[in-house]
Amino acid sequence: MNWADLNLMPALPEMFLLGALSVILILDLFISDAKRGITYALSLLTLLVCAVTQVSTFEPFATVTLSGMFVDDPLSDIVKVAMYGVTALVLVYTRQYVKDRGLFKGEYFTLTLFALLGMNLMVSASNFVSLYMGLELLSLSLYSLIALQRESGRAIEAAMKYFVLGALASGLLLYGVSMVYGATGSLELAKVAQAIASGSANQTLLVFGLVFIVAGLAFKLGAVPFHMWVPDVYQGSSTAMTLMIGAAPKLAAFVFVIRILVQGLGEMVADWQGMLVILAVLSMAIGNLTAIAQTNLKRMLAYSTISHMGFLLLGLIAGNAEGYSAALFYVIVYVLTSLAGFGILLGLSRAGFECETLDDLKGLNGRNSWYALLMLLALFSMAGIPPLAGFYAKFAVIQAIVNVNLLWLAIVAVLMSLIGAFYYLRAVKVMYFDDVQDHSPITMSGDMKLVLSLNAVALLVLGAMPERLIAMCVEAMKQSLVVL
Amino acid sequence: MSFQAVVFYVLSLILIVAAFRVVTAKNPVHAALYLVLAFFTASGHWLLLQAEFLAIALVLVYVGAVMVLFLFVVMMLDINIEKLREGFWQNFPLAGTVALVMVAEMLLILSSPEANLAGFQAGPAVAADASNVRELGRQLYTVYLLPFEAAAVVLLVAMVAAIGITMRKRADSKYINPAEQVRVRRNDRVRVVQVQAVKPEVDTASDTNEQQA
Amino acid sequence: MELLQNLLGTEAGLAVWTLLKILAIVAPLMIGVAYLTLAERKVIGYMQIRIGPNRVGPKGLLQPLADGVKLLMKEIILPTKSSKGLFLVAPVLSIMPALAAWAVIPFTDTMVLANIDASLLFIMAITSMGVYGVIVAGWAGNSKYSFLGALRSSAQIVSYEISMGFALVGVLMVSGSLNLVEIVNQQGHGIGGGSVLSWNWLPLFPLFLVYLISGVAETNRAPFDVAEGESEIVAGFHVEYSGMAFAVFFLAEYANMILVSALTAIMFMGGWLSPFPASWGALGASGVIWLLAKISLVLFLFLWFRATFPRYRYDQIMRLGWKIFIPVSLVWVLVVGAWMMSPLSLWN
Repeated sequence: MNWADLNLMPALPEMFLLGALSVILILDLFISDAKRGITYALSLLTLLVCAVTQVSTFEPFATVTLSGMFVDDPLSDIVKVAMYGVTALVLVYTRQYVKDRGLFKGEYFTLTLFALLGMNLMVSASNFVSLYMGLELLSLSLYSLIALQRESGRAIEAAMKYFVLGALASGLLLYGVSMVYGATGSLELAKVAQAIASGSANQTLLVFGLVFIVAGLAFKLGAVPFHMWVPDVYQGSSTAMTLMIGAAPKLAAFVFVIRILVQGLGEMVADWQGMLVILAVLSMAIGNLTAIAQTNLKRMLAYSTISHMGFLLLGLIAGNAEGYSAALFYVIVYVLTSLAGFGILLGLSRAGFECETLDDLKGLNGRNSWYALLMLLALFSMAGIPPLAGFYAKFAVIQAIVNVNLLWLAIVAVLMSLIGAFYYLRAVKVMYFDDVQDHSPITMSGDMKLVLSLNAVALLVLGAMPERLIAMCVEAMKQSLVVL
Repeated sequence: MSFQAVVFYVLSLILIVAAFRVVTAKNPVHAALYLVLAFFTASGHWLLLQAEFLAIALVLVYVGAVMVLFLFVVMMLDINIEKLREGFWQNFPLAGTVALVMVAEMLLILSSPEANLAGFQAGPAVAADASNVRELGRQLYTVYLLPFEAAAVVLLVAMVAAIGITMRKRADSKYINPAEQVRVRRNDRVRVVQVQAVKPEVDTASDTNEQQA
Repeated sequence: MELLQNLLGTEAGLAVWTLLKILAIVAPLMIGVAYLTLAERKVIGYMQIRIGPNRVGPKGLLQPLADGVKLLMKEIILPTKSSKGLFLVAPVLSIMPALAAWAVIPFTDTMVLANIDASLLFIMAITSMGVYGVIVAGWAGNSKYSFLGALRSSAQIVSYEISMGFALVGVLMVSGSLNLVEIVNQQGHGIGGGSVLSWNWLPLFPLFLVYLISGVAETNRAPFDVAEGESEIVAGFHVEYSGMAFAVFFLAEYANMILVSALTAIMFMGGWLSPFPASWGALGASGVIWLLAKISLVLFLFLWFRATFPRYRYDQIMRLGWKIFIPVSLVWVLVVGAWMMSPLSLWN
């Protein structure tokens, strides 16, 4: 290999991101606290340019480059564009919040962009080594983002828990990967798949490795029984960081799972299906049941995330193009929904006040009916109530399951989502039918109000006409995964 | 027994003893120093495998940098060893059993004919002029370019995060800026005041006022 | 060597031969160390318009021997609450790296004990261990002065190792090798066909300066001798040592000085190459004498610094290392990289 053969075009957005990031890192040194808005604007600009490059270099097939370490395919393109958008939304939503808490610092933006770079790498990696490097880059940035709020003991505790358990999960994952490497003799996903298909790999070793890989992935997704960190980290971190963890990383983790389980170990679908069924059922059950008992909104949303991850796994269990694209649709909708939900919480918080318990929502309708409506849309979408996008997402994954004759699983899923609806509706009841307790005015900046409204309305629009996005997901999956 | 074998067994013995003492040493500083010894002997093992770059890197990074900082912290902490070791003998039987079982397992695995240890051949001999520094460099910058760069970014994140988390402007810090010190001009510090030589007027009233003030 | 092999068999012969070679390096080194102490006192004496030691032997030439005998006769005191084993190991830890590094130092392109590929890395690894002697000595003595000295010195050594490492990165970039013999040989072509102008110090001037000054800091010499800091912490990390144990620290410090000087001569000043163009006949011929001359020159600089500069304040030392040397060496490494890629490159 020499420089002439090196095709760097597919990695152009990542290279731009890293370059821009370094520039921001240095420029920020010369910007005073009062003018930190420049860093904010530059970060948003970087995201915009990345998205534009990503879209303009789109190709409807997969290009593997950098010695088989990096792949640029429609799946990665669509997810990356979504991640740029989501990260931009996160930055807009959290601006006032972090400003109030003295976190509006250069590190906040650079670490966010570093996390994004890690996610991009996870999404575009076609080799276990690069997958792992991406994962670590993301995780390290997230741990430190949480720990940035140094004065808060809870945030430090959350960061510590996240760090220790995340390291444990990485260990599990690596151990599994080393088994797979031992069995197949390669770390490249395509070659691993080949070795398994040719039957030359040691089956026992592979299954042994697979168990650890699935456990590691479940840890990262936050699926039961590897979910212990999710509620604590969600609750302990400041709401801005919770949003950061709960949004774009879920997209990246989903593609990460697809890359490993479908692209690398696709031949072993029968083996991992069983494990995922257990994970999915447990996640949906424990996530939804425990959420009922929560009075802290962030903790409740954490359990709701766990149950959503269960639903997400349903799409993977289906093991076909329909299931995978349904899962992709699901995760995009889920991220949009949780953005809206947490966005409202961020907007309702102010300096010295955290909006995080159910009581804080009391009588929101009386205080500001528009925000109450937006929150209503988000909650309904999470619950999967018909005209909203969440409904179609759940519908699509359950349909995929039914089509592969796993009717019982579909029934469990429907039951669980019914149980789940209870605590979402309770929050709605609190907003609309309880008396106002907190009369302080809600101040939200104009741009945030606008973006938040658009976000919530998008849930409605996607719910009304989900066909285009679903079609895109299906196309992306078909063009990206050779195994289909 | 060849010379290499003798060296291997001597190094292994030192390594095992050092590793054991890391766990059992009463004083954390001693434990850290035994860990240094363990790293050093492990790097000797790398040398036996003709992996001189890894051997040297192990010493350079772990012994030369990481452990120094580690020792630095351990030395400054006032660790109550008695308290740390409280449950030691209580847990010892269980831990000892687990360790024994693991040793037995390893022995069984390695000694069973299934393991086929004799079947493992020595790797192909390294050419006399082969340089594994050069080879590693070539691999890192071609085949593993992406993960290598990603690792560099991970280190950068670690640095940014460490500074972001620990650095703060403390109000009570008496920081001196040398550049400012150098830039000081006479006029910044000294004011020459022309004072008229006058006879003090004896005024009892103002005197008492001043005393009160 | 063949005689030995015939006498003792191949392996044993080789071992004895190697031991002899080690002896041939260490013995002159030790004598060099002894006379460096004398030279220091003399040079500083003359700089301060005094004569320096002149009582023992003709012109004071036997002074180092007298010092050695005196220290040998003194009792080694073990402080009561010290960590005995470590207290005694510390001097060994401190002199061992200073001697071990000489294994790969080439005196000419053939005269070298072990001509290994990664000799530069080996040197960096071995010298980075020197700090343990200081830390262990400072801690084991169980005295607050020695502990403070150890903390200061280890922080200082670790900080300056970084800029030193970067300076060496520049050297290995231009020579394309980690082998010290090749590093010197590469300096032999260029301007003037291998004269003083073709050595690394000129194109790598900032790195040369950084390396030289970091070398002074690494060896804890004035003006970076806060680790000893007589006026504040008595004598720093070795305040509790007496007799021969103290002498070993002393030897290690001077052996380290000679080592750093030798490395500076090899990396930046053309090693055994003559400063005159190769076409000048006997003057232009390379030889070990040139290396010794260059080492002496750098050693003289060390002594000169000590006689001239007042001691740095601790925060100034840290600032110099982290905020000036590291950025300077980083930038120059980049410049050298760009230079090598440009058509103006000197190193093709």
